[in-house]
Amino acid sequence: MTALSAMTPCGEFRTSYRQDTTIFPTALSRNLMLAMVAVLCLVPLVADRYILDLMIRIGMLSIAALGLNILVGFTGQISIGHAVFFGFGAFASAWFVRHGVPVVAAIPLAGLATTVVGMVFGLPAARLKGLYLAIATLAAQFILEDFFARAQWFTGGVAGTITEYFSIFGFYFDTGERYFYVVLAYMVVMYVMAWNLMRSRDGRALVAIRDHYLSAEMMGINLTKYRTLSFGISSFYAGIGGALYAHYLLFVSVEAFNILFSIEFLGMIIIGGLGSVIGSLFGTIFMVMLPEVVQWGADALSGGWIDRTLRLSNSISFLREMVIGAVIILFLIFEPDGLAHRWRMIKAYWKLYPFSH
Amino acid sequence: MNADLLFQLLLNGLIVGSLYGVVAMSFVLIYKASQVVNFAQGEFLLIGAWVCWYTLTAWQLPFVWGFLFTLAFMMLFGVLIQIVVLRPLIGEPVISVIMVTIGMSIFFQALMKWMFGVFAQPFPPIFETSSVGLAGLQIKTVYLLSLAMSVVIMGGFAWFFKFSKMGLAMRATAFDQQAAQSLGVSVRQVFALSWAISAMVSAVAGVVVGVVNGVSSALSFFGIKVFPAVILGGLDSIIGGMVGGIIVGLLENIAQFADSQWLNLGNMYRIAPFYVLIAILLIRPYGLFGTRDIERV
Repeated sequence: MTALSAMTPCGEFRTSYRQDTTIFPTALSRNLMLAMVAVLCLVPLVADRYILDLMIRIGMLSIAALGLNILVGFTGQISIGHAVFFGFGAFASAWFVRHGVPVVAAIPLAGLATTVVGMVFGLPAARLKGLYLAIATLAAQFILEDFFARAQWFTGGVAGTITEYFSIFGFYFDTGERYFYVVLAYMVVMYVMAWNLMRSRDGRALVAIRDHYLSAEMMGINLTKYRTLSFGISSFYAGIGGALYAHYLLFVSVEAFNILFSIEFLGMIIIGGLGSVIGSLFGTIFMVMLPEVVQWGADALSGGWIDRTLRLSNSISFLREMVIGAVIILFLIFEPDGLAHRWRMIKAYWKLYPFSH
Repeated sequence: MNADLLFQLLLNGLIVGSLYGVVAMSFVLIYKASQVVNFAQGEFLLIGAWVCWYTLTAWQLPFVWGFLFTLAFMMLFGVLIQIVVLRPLIGEPVISVIMVTIGMSIFFQALMKWMFGVFAQPFPPIFETSSVGLAGLQIKTVYLLSLAMSVVIMGGFAWFFKFSKMGLAMRATAFDQQAAQSLGVSVRQVFALSWAISAMVSAVAGVVVGVVNGVSSALSFFGIKVFPAVILGGLDSIIGGMVGGIIVGLLENIAQFADSQWLNLGNMYRIAPFYVLIAILLIRPYGLFGTRDIERV
């Protein structure tokens, strides 16, 4: 994080801690963000189904990715089982709806239920760190995946679960255009919550644990409490994301939440930038668009000799996985701070253009 | 009848467990030498098995030559991976290193599926007799081979680390990198060599499993199964890896036996080791033989 302070361009002076911890450093950045949200509100009026579907998926996944970033990027705890918590949220929400809870209430309830489960699996996190924790969460991935396949009463077993549309007061959000606003609203709330968390005492405690947990403990931060808390928050985000996913697709299958999905979440935050809230969004956009770009590429080449010799169109799913793996490796080697770092560089460059020093 | 089944399962457990042990040893080797947790260990098995299969079927090489070619290939492959992917990440936080090996795991798994398809391919028959009778039990020849292989590899490891110069250099590096460097050990060479050996040994296990079950992407699950084994044995103990592997192999089969006789839960074979893994991590995270790290500020 040393690169961060060097990145602040001159001309940006702060005279109080209050200024230092605001969410938006300048009025311009706040207005731009509001304008961005306003523009997004207009998207369903013009976009077609395909783009809308992509954006809804980005919204749902980016909430869960943000949760993982709070755990991995801000607290320094590794989790290789995020997808099962996402899945747990999806199943929990469907379960609540089956038991008569309206969808509006089921989504936050699913988030809370996932928080509880996450904290149970996070308890080892209080004792473990680094790669031991990574391995423990790997075990959690397989155990919960097995639980999904087994627990008929909760997930419908191998047949999966069917659930309902999101609705408020009899108004159904049953098209992509309508559901887009639900996801957007959740996204704005969850991102603002994360920004807020990171400037509070609790958020700074998490960052302190990441940077040097022994020093943090000596400064009076309760490691057990904050590590478990971080797991809980991360699971909450995953649960909300998963619940939104359930009420978008209306069908939740047991097989969807495998280890590859967990790894994709990790890929999102690494590509976006560990320890950056907005980076989680960038990373999700990248990760969702990547398979689409592969698909476009394969479509463009289809029928040609390259396609025939390499059997591209038949093995598109393998190509996607390969590209995901390769992108994770390349980012770690060449751009370990992720897209968020690039974004800061661009902002710093334009801030005082043409005198950017 | 039950006793017979139990005995057969225990024998299976021992044989599969010794293979887990071999993979666990090669995993521990990398961890000890270069502090890298290799999530792509299973892909070493997979790649080795596919390369060997390819030389035997497409090039029609006899088994011995195909096997030797595979070993040579895996040696180069291991060194290349270390130089190209892992060397730039020296000194990076543990999450980056873990993620890069996970990235490799996805990449190579998908690459193998792309190149060779998703269906299990049988090896051409290698032995004339497919099974031999031993103390009233029918044992497949390849199982005997695999057991023998595991013992040979274990013996080889023991000799290598006790007596050979390079093995001693590797132990020195694992113990204290800076001291080893100042005594003239080339740490780069040690890192590259540890990856080469690990890839070769894993490939041997991959070929053995491939001969028994056919080659398919299911092989890479060995790389996941290795975690219960190494955590049980202790992450930085080569003997621990072996012992952990055998225990996990036995445990799987005992769990399956208990499940089929009394519990009827299903899928215990696959999941039981992970419950044990969590339990060990809570009780004794450094494992049976591992060193307990004490942190000083």
